[in-house]
Amino acid sequence: MDVVNQLRRQFVDYSTSLHREGILDDQFTQLQKLQDENSPDFVVEVASLFFEDCEKLINNMGRALEQQQGVDFKQVDASVHQLKGSSSSIGAMRVKNVCITFRSFCEAQNREGCLRCLQQVIHEFSLLKNKLQTLFRLEQQILTAGGSIPVIE
Amino acid sequence: MTVERIVSETKDQFPIGMRVLAVDDDPTCLLLLETLLRRCQYHVTTTSQAVTALKMLRENKNRFDLVISDVHMPDMDGFKLLELVGLEMDLPVIMLSANGDTKLVMKGITHGACDYLLKPVRIEELKNIWQHVVRRKKFDRKDRNNSDSLDKPHVDSGEAAGMGNADNNVKLNKKRKDQNEDEDEDRDENGHDNDDPSTQKKPRVVWSVELHRKFVAAVNQLGIEKAVPKRILELMNVEKLTRENVASHLQKFRLYLKRISCVANQQANVAASLGTADSSYLRMGPLNGLGNFHALAGTDQLHNAAFRSFPPSGVLGRLNTPSGLGIRGLPSPGTIQLGHVQNSGHSINDPSKLQSFVPGNHNANILQGMPMSLELDQLQNNKGVSHIGELPTANSTSVFPVSGSLMDAQITGFSNNPLLGVTSNSLMLEGSSRQSALHASNLRDGVYAIGFQNGNTLSEFASIDPVSNQLRDSKADLQGQAASINCNAGKIMRSVAQEWNAPRKDAPYQSHLMSCSVNSSTSSNGAMVQLDQCLDRNNSIFHRTMDSDSIGPLNFVDPLSIKHVEAHNSAMEPSVIEKERYLMYQSRPQGNHIPDSVGSLEDLASAMMKQDQGKGNRRTQ
Repeated sequence: MDVVNQLRRQFVDYSTSLHREGILDDQFTQLQKLQDENSPDFVVEVASLFFEDCEKLINNMGRALEQQQGVDFKQVDASVHQLKGSSSSIGAMRVKNVCITFRSFCEAQNREGCLRCLQQVIHEFSLLKNKLQTLFRLEQQILTAGGSIPVIE
Repeated sequence: MTVERIVSETKDQFPIGMRVLAVDDDPTCLLLLETLLRRCQYHVTTTSQAVTALKMLRENKNRFDLVISDVHMPDMDGFKLLELVGLEMDLPVIMLSANGDTKLVMKGITHGACDYLLKPVRIEELKNIWQHVVRRKKFDRKDRNNSDSLDKPHVDSGEAAGMGNADNNVKLNKKRKDQNEDEDEDRDENGHDNDDPSTQKKPRVVWSVELHRKFVAAVNQLGIEKAVPKRILELMNVEKLTRENVASHLQKFRLYLKRISCVANQQANVAASLGTADSSYLRMGPLNGLGNFHALAGTDQLHNAAFRSFPPSGVLGRLNTPSGLGIRGLPSPGTIQLGHVQNSGHSINDPSKLQSFVPGNHNANILQGMPMSLELDQLQNNKGVSHIGELPTANSTSVFPVSGSLMDAQITGFSNNPLLGVTSNSLMLEGSSRQSALHASNLRDGVYAIGFQNGNTLSEFASIDPVSNQLRDSKADLQGQAASINCNAGKIMRSVAQEWNAPRKDAPYQSHLMSCSVNSSTSSNGAMVQLDQCLDRNNSIFHRTMDSDSIGPLNFVDPLSIKHVEAHNSAMEPSVIEKERYLMYQSRPQGNHIPDSVGSLEDLASAMMKQDQGKGNRRTQ
């Protein structure tokens, strides 16, 4: 039990820090609340979908921005828009915020600005992915040890 | 995911078990949405393709109660899907987007969305979406019941209500519905009294192109003012079509006409939108019988009841006609001739000078001529398409209450926001409620000149002869018309305004709001009052400056304006054309989206109004 409690405490601390750093926001908490016996892996599922989707979008954006002949900003914008939607749905606040800036560069058709934003997106995304994977691992450990995942309000 | 239908159980427990179709190309969001919806105990079907969604819907119209769709999708624009669903299946559609831009929200509303949610969507919001289903059912029912009844009281009270709620046309509608409901309760013609959508057993009628064509032909034959569902049904002679079906379709049609009759000044925008709208309208195209409806023929004088075919010029053509038609109660939907508004000479006594404007150019000048005899001097609409209803000569009676003030260029800051939709909507509404009220002579009243924009300066509002006298006569008519139109218009205008604003920034046109500026000089009648109400609503919305090249003085005879006219001649500028079809616009603007747009409209309106009537803003959003 001590192990479980320890793990749980670790989980709570970690979660709190993620929120504090702005990596995750309240939406993520909502997702966690949606998880229940009927959908026990809901959060992991959504997160996985998000990771896949995000990578795809990042690739699209990168490709579009690299076009020497002329960047199709509309296409970039479309991808950014989608990324914004999905990141906000999952609670990936920092990623979402970068998207907002990214969009204005797209509108301004500023290639440099867009590229910079893309770099930021990649950075934030990697960070988020790592952190979430750590969090999920912690969760798994708790469950394996027979405990339940604490709900963070 | 499949929809499990537990028919009997779910019916009893509505909203539990409500069948929702969720469409979103983003898998993350889709999964989240599905989970949330399931958590609300709805039956959910998901798809990431709009095309698939449409297919599913078409296969079985009764399979779903509600559709939730993302705006931004690769295979089809969310708005397009929205329109198609509304048109073909008459299902409530909720839009979903990460982008909460007012313009987009407005666009959603004008395309007929019941609601517009922002991502990330919260479960609390989803818990209430069932209300859209209920509302629609109720509304449909009421509408059908009403169509035949020509209930003046409805209208009146509706208008009155509307008046009060200047800012919320929806409320007006709602009120009307409620009233209808009350009144119709005992004579509910619908066999099914269930408001419970899931128990509605009425089979959905598919308004195919052919069917719609017949419908339009029938309406044409009867004349928009006299087109009552019963008669339309008879003329159509289609098996298994009920009066209720026709009635509700008629209402939508009117709304549509109204909508497209709004003047859209933005050429480019309009053109663009028309372009896109085209396809959606295509479906409606034949449906609307735009062709049949009197298009602005420029020179024709419409006779009262005749809807003239409107030679569609470009995209607008299509749109235009409906507008002409849509005007219910407006004196014969005739083409509104711009340019000739001559106070003196036209003796268009026939109220039927309803002219719908067909914006000559694709872009937009869709003037929806409310059948009003407007004497617009300058309605020269740019491409000749816009015809503004001529006011029957200045004689008293036919004069359109378009107050002289109307026209003159009320150029408001609204640039390009064609208040589209409003027109059609209002027309539609009007039609239904006012059947009796409006008559050919209504033309006078109803001059709704919707100035189409053309990028030209407004101004040309032809001098609409303030036909006070005419107003008087037509007041009653107008009232009817105006009221309904107004209400609708208001609604539409509101939504449209925003939408249109954006694209058309370049055009300095002023949208003419559908202003019913009824001649102030006319004595105010009770009708006026009503109009007034409507007007208010419309006014605020309509105050859009439109380029008037199309239609100089678009005078919308807004019932409301009539009253206002007295107080002031508020020249409501014709609104812009709404490019999208506005089907039963259930405007239920969520507080969040609409306010902005309304606000601006209202500001505009107020500004305009102020000058004329010092009526402050009635609407507060």
